[in-house]
Amino acid sequence: MHQTEFNAIYIMPNTTQLEDFVTQVRRDILRQVHKVNSGHPGGSLGCAEFFTALYQEVMDYSTDFTMDGKNEDLFFLSNGHISPVFYSVLARSGFFPVEELQTFRHINSRLQGHPTTHEGLPGIRVASGSLGQGMSVAIGAAEAKKLNGDSHLVYSLHGDGELQEGQNWEAIMYAASNKVDNLIASVDLNGQQIDGSTDDVLPLGNVKDKFLAFGWEVLTIEKGNDISAVIEGLKQAKTKTGKGKPVCVILNTVMGNGVDFMMHTHAWHGKAPNDEQLEIGLKQNPETLGDY
Amino acid sequence: MKKYIDTGKKDTRSGFGAGLEELGKKNENVVALCADLTGSLKMDAFKKNHPERFFQVGIAEANMIGMAAGMTIGGKIPFTGTFANFSTGRVYDQIRQSVAYSGKNVKICASHAGLTLGEDGATHQILEDLGLMKMLPGMTVINTCDYNQTKAATLAVAEYDGPVYLRFGRPKVANFTPEDQTFEIGKAVQLTEGNDVTIVATGHLVWEALQAAEQLEEKGITAEVINIHTIKPLDAEAILASVKKTGCVVTAEEHNFLGGLGESVSRVLAENNPTPQEFVATKDTFGESGTPAQLMEKYGLNAASIVKASEKVMSRK
Repeated sequence: MHQTEFNAIYIMPNTTQLEDFVTQVRRDILRQVHKVNSGHPGGSLGCAEFFTALYQEVMDYSTDFTMDGKNEDLFFLSNGHISPVFYSVLARSGFFPVEELQTFRHINSRLQGHPTTHEGLPGIRVASGSLGQGMSVAIGAAEAKKLNGDSHLVYSLHGDGELQEGQNWEAIMYAASNKVDNLIASVDLNGQQIDGSTDDVLPLGNVKDKFLAFGWEVLTIEKGNDISAVIEGLKQAKTKTGKGKPVCVILNTVMGNGVDFMMHTHAWHGKAPNDEQLEIGLKQNPETLGDY
Repeated sequence: MKKYIDTGKKDTRSGFGAGLEELGKKNENVVALCADLTGSLKMDAFKKNHPERFFQVGIAEANMIGMAAGMTIGGKIPFTGTFANFSTGRVYDQIRQSVAYSGKNVKICASHAGLTLGEDGATHQILEDLGLMKMLPGMTVINTCDYNQTKAATLAVAEYDGPVYLRFGRPKVANFTPEDQTFEIGKAVQLTEGNDVTIVATGHLVWEALQAAEQLEEKGITAEVINIHTIKPLDAEAILASVKKTGCVVTAEEHNFLGGLGESVSRVLAENNPTPQEFVATKDTFGESGTPAQLMEKYGLNAASIVKASEKVMSRK
């Protein structure tokens, strides 16, 4: 929420309200992907709490969207395939009408399969989907903020499998060497990628140690699907900014979280539920804020 | 025929460096990023005078392009600098997604393009970059011919809002365009008037085209030389008006004939006025080590080749 707007009257939503928000986001994810029979529910579900925490609690932003985003916090989604969770949270945070979620991946929609600025969807500042590019973009935006004397922060999210892309390590090296300390880059450590577990496909080793070795400040959120823990972790990360080091948050999540048959497997990385599966998923996540 | 004077040989990359330094003074939003080739790109003056706006990224071109895209968010106008090969082929997907598709105001400035890079050889002599860049929707593609034009283009692209690929080169070449020129993106510059053949040239081949026109004049042939500094958007009107008069065209570029200026001209002609055309360009080949002059001669990219191509294309009218 934009602090300048809400400072006086803003009351922090209680945990139940935020949990209700997360539950509705899960429903939105399932319904978007089901309707068009394509998209990526697994990683989206795993990050519902992260996006809710960012847009409902942690970031200072305006829904009166400008591309430049001066004097507000910015967020970049690098692993663009989890667009369903991004779209749901943007819509329910006031960037565009919630009804527009029903156009996800359809022809003539602003809600493209992967996020893009091309169709002018408010809340999106760069296209992503081809993996490994988001951290560089976030660093650039963070450097621009420094030049502008803008003390707001830049947040980004990256998949763990995505760290296999070499460009990340160029960016990770740059950010530490150049003290880009207004950046909080989170890694969704769910241990899964399209072909299987990250350990089977190409083991990442110790992600925390790697970031530490490159000179980053690193925090771990052990319970990445516990909304209170995520908020607490991100707020702690904020306190680490401005101290000469970029900040990495390692977010332990469960792919497919909140829908039992989608959990702990890569099977739902990029597969939509059928009618029956949708019904089961929705039953496990009852309507809270109202379906679109 | 109008004559052009070489006011003293200078490299086009120095024109870029001079333009960038001037921009540094004029426009505080201009920032520069370089991937460990500051001296080669002639970015030293900008670095020295505007250190806070100069970003040394190391040998990490992908990160450089992504960072440049990010810096536009916040109103900066980033100029990236490295060799043409590493400015395009190495980072094609980064340019495609983070810059072109995202509509970011990044200026990709590429030196050492083509064969005239010389002795380093084919690994560094990209002859495919114009094609790569012109295929990207929304990308403006510029290839300047001399120092003065490169400086003017550098100043002009900062005023234009959108992604630009600005290609220039390594060797010292004739400097013959006016020092005080206004560079208009997408606007061809007609250098000579003629009735027998149109020569559409870009980059280092523009001076060669002027030399060719002089040699043709001695043979009683008048050539209309058009300097196409902007390959995309292409000034179709200027080309069509000229070939309407001459009935044939030679295109000349330091690039592969697949995907280059010649093919762009062919498309315009095929759609509007099918016309005999000859291509002075490399013919689907890599380069090799050698001096720039040796290479341009071996691969047929000089005035003599343009004369030969002109005579051939005239016979096909």
